[in-house]
Amino acid sequence: MSNSTEHEAEATHVVGYATFIKVWVALVALTGALVVLSSMRNPNMALLGLLIITPTKASLVFFYFMHLKYESAALKYMVAAAIAVLVIFIGLTFSDYLYR
Amino acid sequence: MSVSAEPEAHVAEHHDYFGAKLGMWIFVFTELILFGGLFVAYGMYRAMHPHEFHAASHELNVTLGVINTLVLLTSSLTMVLAIVAIRLKRKVQSMVFLASTMGLGCVFLVNKFFEWKAKIHHGIYPGSAGLMERPPGERLFFGLYYGMTGLHGLHVTVGIIVMSVMLALLARDKIRHDDFIKLENTGLYWHLVDVIWIFLLPLFYLAA
Repeated sequence: MSNSTEHEAEATHVVGYATFIKVWVALVALTGALVVLSSMRNPNMALLGLLIITPTKASLVFFYFMHLKYESAALKYMVAAAIAVLVIFIGLTFSDYLYR
Repeated sequence: MSVSAEPEAHVAEHHDYFGAKLGMWIFVFTELILFGGLFVAYGMYRAMHPHEFHAASHELNVTLGVINTLVLLTSSLTMVLAIVAIRLKRKVQSMVFLASTMGLGCVFLVNKFFEWKAKIHHGIYPGSAGLMERPPGERLFFGLYYGMTGLHGLHVTVGIIVMSVMLALLARDKIRHDDFIKLENTGLYWHLVDVIWIFLLPLFYLAA
């Protein structure tokens, strides 16, 4: 893709209201699922909610509401690097606690 | 491309939208690390005192926590719709969406106020006599609860103040369909505040 058409596409590309309303519906539905899973009095289900549903909700906010889906690859890699740092930070601390 | 051929002076005004957005994202990264550190502290203390965290979490109002989640999720939607509206040159609609976002932010803070007020009324606040008699894990839980939801609430307050400035800029056409980076960066901040709450909900309110 040539530079000028890419710029043009970026300038005219407006994601409509409908996309974001769908994302909001998904976020509300996931919140409901999280509440149901946590109320099952089963620690595994609660953990599933925490480790699967919560990051899914955060990803939806990052990709759609924060527009990351439509950003350049450079910005996507930067966000991935920042989150990787956070994961390493949390992972190392917990591995230190669990195996000391 | 020849820039010097452009005769009008206002075109020479320099805009680096990518740079502005990148700067905001870097700020977002620092916020992720700031709250990330607090989440690590929470995780460690919970691993050390699982039963006490479980017991203390029972005392939080789940209904209020879930209502506030829905309020913040909806405010994120109205925020993003304000940006879509201004890009489609619908200024009034954009202002209505932005004002709704501010209103929902205020609703969140009012709920938070009543939640904290009830806790303080029951003698649960950092350093209170009632809390000091409890086991150390419960003291840590409530310390983290006040610290993390308090820092988050501070972010909500700052967000509402920034949005009031954006509303004025929209009204004075300083934010337009072809120049909306300030509104977009405000949105990035507000969504980050939403993401942090997304993690606070299961860790504090649903931990029981």
